[in-house]
Amino acid sequence: MAYQFDFAPVLAHTDLLLQGAAATLGLTAAGAVLGIALGVLGAICRAWRIQPFSAAFGVYVEAIRNTPFLVQLFFIFFGLPALGVKLSGWEASILAMVINLGAYSTEIIRAGIEATPHGQMEAAASLALNRAQTFVYVVLRPALARVWPALVSQVIIVMLGSAVCSQIAAEELTFAANFIQSRNFRAFETFFLATALYFAMALLVRQLLMRLGQRFIVGRPR
Amino acid sequence: MFVQFTTWDIVRNLLEGGKWTLALSLIAFVLGGTAGLLVLFLRMARNRVAQALAKGYIELFQGTPLLMQLFIVFFGLPLAGIDVSPWLAAALGLTLFTSAYLAEIWRGCVESVPRGQWEASASLALGFTQQMRHVILPQALRVAIAPTVGFSVQVVKGTAVTSIIGFTELTKTGSMLANATFQPFLVFGLVAAGYFALCYPLSLYAKSLERKFHVAR
Repeated sequence: MAYQFDFAPVLAHTDLLLQGAAATLGLTAAGAVLGIALGVLGAICRAWRIQPFSAAFGVYVEAIRNTPFLVQLFFIFFGLPALGVKLSGWEASILAMVINLGAYSTEIIRAGIEATPHGQMEAAASLALNRAQTFVYVVLRPALARVWPALVSQVIIVMLGSAVCSQIAAEELTFAANFIQSRNFRAFETFFLATALYFAMALLVRQLLMRLGQRFIVGRPR
Repeated sequence: MFVQFTTWDIVRNLLEGGKWTLALSLIAFVLGGTAGLLVLFLRMARNRVAQALAKGYIELFQGTPLLMQLFIVFFGLPLAGIDVSPWLAAALGLTLFTSAYLAEIWRGCVESVPRGQWEASASLALGFTQQMRHVILPQALRVAIAPTVGFSVQVVKGTAVTSIIGFTELTKTGSMLANATFQPFLVFGLVAAGYFALCYPLSLYAKSLERKFHVAR
């Protein structure tokens, strides 16, 4: 007998799916803001070789980039309590996303900072900009503008990767989908719709971040 | 019944799981590379429909979580009357995932071949397949090696997600051991070290290839 597709039992739980999607977006927003902030810090230490932080960030970046996000998540959620650090599913998820994105964005932003032409630093000095002004207007902002598309892609990758946070009971989109399919036994239909939601969210977040970047970081084309 | 696990017992079991991580990575990379080449041909073809299909395929896999892709394969194929084990679903899901990413990476490499090479080979009356085979791909290959090796790290890390559909590789073995030994800090630390041992050499190799290529150019 051919399988009859039936999406109605899933659509009956639309509210749960949307709540899950909102939670995923919330996780992503928190992870992106804190992760990129950590990345800026790491990139400064790496690009200007501020020891011992430069070396520490170097080890951190390699450790994170060469291990799976899921294992980082399990280590934080199941492993850290042994050291007395007990985190909820949400806290562990956000922490793991921040640490993960922080490592990738350190490398991305560092490349942007290192591409600053030397003449611009000299120009800034000759215009009597102080260190802080030089850093913000001549180094950081143009660096972020250069690598913004790469950062946006990485944020999307982290958002899609957050699907595994369902495994430590963070009630995001995948968790909601899992819950629904355990009630209605329509696993394929449920995951199909959840996947479609993720796809739409990836498109939406990319558009939004590219626009925000254009508005606040890249600026108008000169 | 309680079984006492020594650290060596934990390591031994993790190594057993690691073998499956390695096997799955190799299979996904080889099959994904083959399928990726096919997608690349469609993506570069002169036929608009083929182009659009390949583009949609790539965007779909790059725009959705790997976990969802695995779920859809795992729960979808049985609906078509195909019985899937976690092993088969994991291999198939990761192969599709890999093929989409590699096709997109390679497209960039193919497009880095100067336009004149296409025109010159067309003026020699080569067909599309001949152009790709004899003129474009050999040149694109040089550019492609470093990012391809770099992506293999993502494939190895991607295998961890297959633990969720019940495939017993390194991460799943780690979860079971953590539950059995009540030593999650040690076990997941070792699991992470295992992935690092697999991935770090690949990362270093990719970096050295990249440097070599930049010097050669």
